[in-house]
Formats: sequence, C-alpha cells, structure tokens
Amino acid sequence: MPIADPATGPSPAPSDPAIEVEGLECSYDGEDILKDVTFQVGRGESFFIIGPSGCGKTTLLRNMVGLNQPLKGTVRFLGKPFSSADIATRRMQLRNFGMLFQGGALWTSLTLRQNVSLPLEEHTSLNRRQIEEIANLKLAQVDLGGFEDYYPSEISGGMKKRAGLARALALDPAIVFFDEPWAGLDPITSRKLNALIRQIRDTFGTTLVIVSHELDPIFSLADRVIMLDRDNRGIIAQGAPRELAESSPDKRVKEFLHRGSNTA
Amino acid sequence: MPVPTEPARACAATRTEGGRLEVDLGGEWRICDQRPVWAEVLGAQKPERVRITAAGIGPWDTSILLFVLEARAGCRKSGIDCDIGSLPEKMRLLLGQFEATLKPGAKREHGEDLLTTVGLATAHATTNLRGILSFLGECVLGAARFPGRPHKFRWGDCLEQMQECGAMSLPIVSLISFLVGLTIAYQAAVELRQFGADIFVADVVGLSVVREMGPMMAAVILAGRTGASFAATLGNMKANEEIDALEVLGLSPIDFLVLPRLLALGLMMPLLALYANCVGILGGMVVAGGVLQIPASAYWVETQSAIDLSDLNAGLIKATTFGLLIGLSGCLRGLQAERSAAGVGRATTSAVVTAILLIIVADAIYAVVFHAMGI
Repeated sequence: MPIADPATGPSPAPSDPAIEVEGLECSYDGEDILKDVTFQVGRGESFFIIGPSGCGKTTLLRNMVGLNQPLKGTVRFLGKPFSSADIATRRMQLRNFGMLFQGGALWTSLTLRQNVSLPLEEHTSLNRRQIEEIANLKLAQVDLGGFEDYYPSEISGGMKKRAGLARALALDPAIVFFDEPWAGLDPITSRKLNALIRQIRDTFGTTLVIVSHELDPIFSLADRVIMLDRDNRGIIAQGAPRELAESSPDKRVKEFLHRGSNTA
Repeated sequence: MPVPTEPARACAATRTEGGRLEVDLGGEWRICDQRPVWAEVLGAQKPERVRITAAGIGPWDTSILLFVLEARAGCRKSGIDCDIGSLPEKMRLLLGQFEATLKPGAKREHGEDLLTTVGLATAHATTNLRGILSFLGECVLGAARFPGRPHKFRWGDCLEQMQECGAMSLPIVSLISFLVGLTIAYQAAVELRQFGADIFVADVVGLSVVREMGPMMAAVILAGRTGASFAATLGNMKANEEIDALEVLGLSPIDFLVLPRLLALGLMMPLLALYANCVGILGGMVVAGGVLQIPASAYWVETQSAIDLSDLNAGLIKATTFGLLIGLSGCLRGLQAERSAAGVGRATTSAVVTAILLIIVADAIYAVVFHAMGI
C-alpha cells in the first residue's frame, strides 16, 4: 500500500467497512493517473479525498462509482464486489449510492420535484402520491420548499447544488458521494451545505465520501482523509486531518493543510 | 471480512392491551424494499387507542415515516388516538418535517390562460423580430468593417469552416445529387419515350439540376449539416459563458464567430452547387445510357446545348444566397439559445427549420425575379 507518511502511518482499517478499495489503477484519456490505491471507509464515516488540482481526486471517485472502469483493482461496497460485478448486480447496488455532482447535474427538462422523484419511480414500488410527498420532504430538507415546480434554469447555482443533493438522497442511500460540493458557493451557502451534510450523517448514519480541497469542511466534517499526489500517482497520506496537519513529516501534506489560517 | 447477512425484513407486530393496540416496528426499513401497510396491520381490529413503538428497530429510512404517517392519518379518520411518543427522537423530528411538507402549498403554474398566452406570444415574436434585425444590422456593420482591417479577420477559423462545410460535405452531396439526377432522368424517360423524344432527357435533367435541384439539394444538406452544427457550437459557447467572455474583452462575437462562418459558407456553397450540378448530370447520364441507350457523348452534347451561362449563373447566385441564409440562421439561433442543454437542442432544431424555410422563400423570390428579368 503506497502510504508515504511514516509519522501517521496507515489508519487502522475499519472493522466493518462500507467501502473497500484495493489496488485500484485508474487512467484518464489514456494517461495513468493513479496506481495501486488501497483504502477502506467505515460505515457512517465522513471520508474526504483531498489533494491539489489534477491529482486524480475526481478520477478516483468516478472509478469508485463505476462511471469509469478501473484498469486494475477492486471496489467493494457493503461487503459486495462492485467493480467486477455484472450489470444487473451493479444496478441493484447502485440503489445504495447517491452522488452529488459538481454542478448539481439536474435534468434541465424536469422540475425539481420530478428530478427528485425519478430515482423513486425507478427503484421503488411507491405510488405517485407517496413519491411526490417524499420528493417534497427531500426538497424541504435542503431548504428548497416552495421551489418544487421550478425548472433548474430558474434557480441559482447554490440552489441547483442543494436540489442535486435532494436527488442524491431520494433513496436514503447508505453511501453518498460528493464531488467538490463547495466549489463555486459563497461562504454562507457553504456553511448551510456543511450543516446539511452533517445532519444527513447524524440522522441516518450515512457514509459520506467527499472530494474536496476546501480546508473549512475538511477540518469540521472529516473523520478521516486520504491525500493524493500527482507525482506519486497515489495516496501520500491518510488519517485524521488534525493529526496530519500537526504531525505529518511530508512537506506537501503540511503545505496543503496549513493554507490560510484555518488550522491555526 | 464479515459475511454479509440477509437483513431482517421490515415488520409491524401487534398486540392488544385493554382497548389499546400496541404496534411495535422492527426489522430493517428500506425504501426500495417491501414494508407493512397500515390497513393490513390494523385488519378488522377496532381499538380505542393506538401506540406505535420501535424499540427493536434496525436501520431505517423514509419508508418508516410513510408507515407512521399512514397510521396517523388512518387513526385520525377513525377518531382513534394515536400515540407516537415512544418513537426515537430523530424519527419524530423527521415526522414533524414530513408533516409540514404535506400541507398543500400554492402550486406554481407553468401554463397560462388564452389571453396571456397570446400576449406573451406577441411579445416574444416582437422580441424575436427585433433580435433578428439587430443581428442582421450587426452582421452588415461587421462586414463593412472588414475591408478596413482584414488582418483582424479570423482567417484560420474561416479556412477551418470552409473545410468543414465544403470538403467534408462532398460525400453526402455526391450521393444525394447523383440520386436526384437519376430520379429526374427516370421520371422524364417514362414520359419522353412515348413521344420518341428520348434525347430530351438530357435537357430536362440539365436544366432542372443546374437551375433548381443542384443548389437546392446542396443547400438542404448544408442546412441540416452545417447550420445545425453552427447553432449547436454557438449555443454551447453561450451556455459556457464563452460569448460573454468575448464581449467582456471588447470583442464582437459577430466579428469573431459569425463573419468567418458566413464567409466560409458564402464561398463554399456555389462550389458545392457546381459540384452537385456535375454529379446530378452524371446521374442522368447513367439512366440515359442504361435505360434509353443514349450514348454518353450524345447526352453531353444535348446537355451543353440546353444549358447556357445564364442558367448556370442563376443557380450559382441562388447557391450563394442559400449559403448566407444557412449561415445567418445557424449563427442567429445559436446566439439566441437558452443557457441549458435543452436550449441548445431547441436552437439546433430552430436553425435547421429557419434555414430550410428561408431557402424555399428565397428560391420562390428568385423564380419570380429571374422570370421578370428574362433569365
């Protein structure tokens, strides 16, 4: 396992992992980005994938959720193989996921309610009224009550992101993936999103995997982080963010986690 | 590694104490799985009170809230007191949130009444017309600026577009033009043969292809191929704020994006029409040789005698006009596109429809004008 941080060392593996990634090798546009990436995420854990731009954070996330096929290695969710599973098994497992994309990725031809309802229509046997009620609840939970009949083009970027989160939570997934959820948001909206993510974790014990390089949420939300590096093409440190910030001997880790005054 | 075990299914166990029905929720409640329904749990029982508990509950999600809400609604309807005070606090909190969202709110109507619809359509048409006139005006101004500063013109983009709409269109133009020439020749052959006037197939094919079908078919192909591509490209650029970035830099999107495309189409369309004419005549020649046994040399001599330079010029003038109309429609609709994926799709469709409509209208106007001028 390519952990180059002797001070912190690898964090103890969770006894009941929600996600197990082993020997993952990923490429982007034919170029090898990550090699031999191995880590585990415990159930109910807030797990951050951090690192500077271009180090392969989003590539790793896309390979984990099956949007890209890894060159090598395995990904297991809730004890069951995912990356090597057949399409039908994958489809069943996808019910356990929710994903918030950078820009929200809402379907522009559908209203917010229809956006949130679609996963429920596809994966549950609930009737239309119940689906609408749940969609309204999810939108209210992300503070978008009253905007159910709006189209994505009629709302702001921050609202799109929250609507995307409501859609990701529609099936009450065991694991939610976030790709740069705070990118492009103002501090107040960022803080609201922080509180929302914390509420999701605390209420349902949801496992959160978050790609980010924002320091505030890393220190306030993360139980554990892995840091990727472009030159090493893999993990250069993993552990609790405060421990890494205080005791990592790696200059890159310290520099990354000591930007600004948030860690002071 | 722990062996995954089958989760316990969601269940609702009931027992009666005096007049009170105790409902204990247990197992794993997942929204994608089956769950108990309140009407079935209650069955024929008619308790005075109901108490819902979840002491031994496993993992749960929104599906349990649906059940409790169903139970409360059912009890309320039957005048039964429903106690949920023993449920976990988080569950009660979410139930409160859920019940708050069930209150009917004002629905946002996207549809309008007739009068409003007519008014909005009129306002939209006016805005659209103003947009078209403004766009045409800017294009004329841009073209007027061009001779004064040719070094500022995007020659590289123009050449790229010429290759894209000219050379890259040759295969499809060849196929369509050949088939059109072939079809006209067949239709003419059937009639002309009855009068022993087989050789005049060359006249019919030559004139109809050179004056009408060559430029028209090339234009329709380019409207679908290049006009749509212009609209999609510019629409995407607008959605990605690339057009805004040009304007903020003080660059005119017309000079930067529209004029190179217009010039490329204006130059390539007559060449494509000329090429389509040749291929169309070739198609006719194949039918004449194969069906009517007319030698190729005789067919060619008859074609030359039927077509004069004015016919060719009429076709080329039309083709240049069609090219400009396709370019203008594609660029206009692209720049008018809404900033969304659906908006880009609509702009593309609209560009093709507008271009074909304008081509037909222009063709009709030219027919009248050329007739009046004796061309």
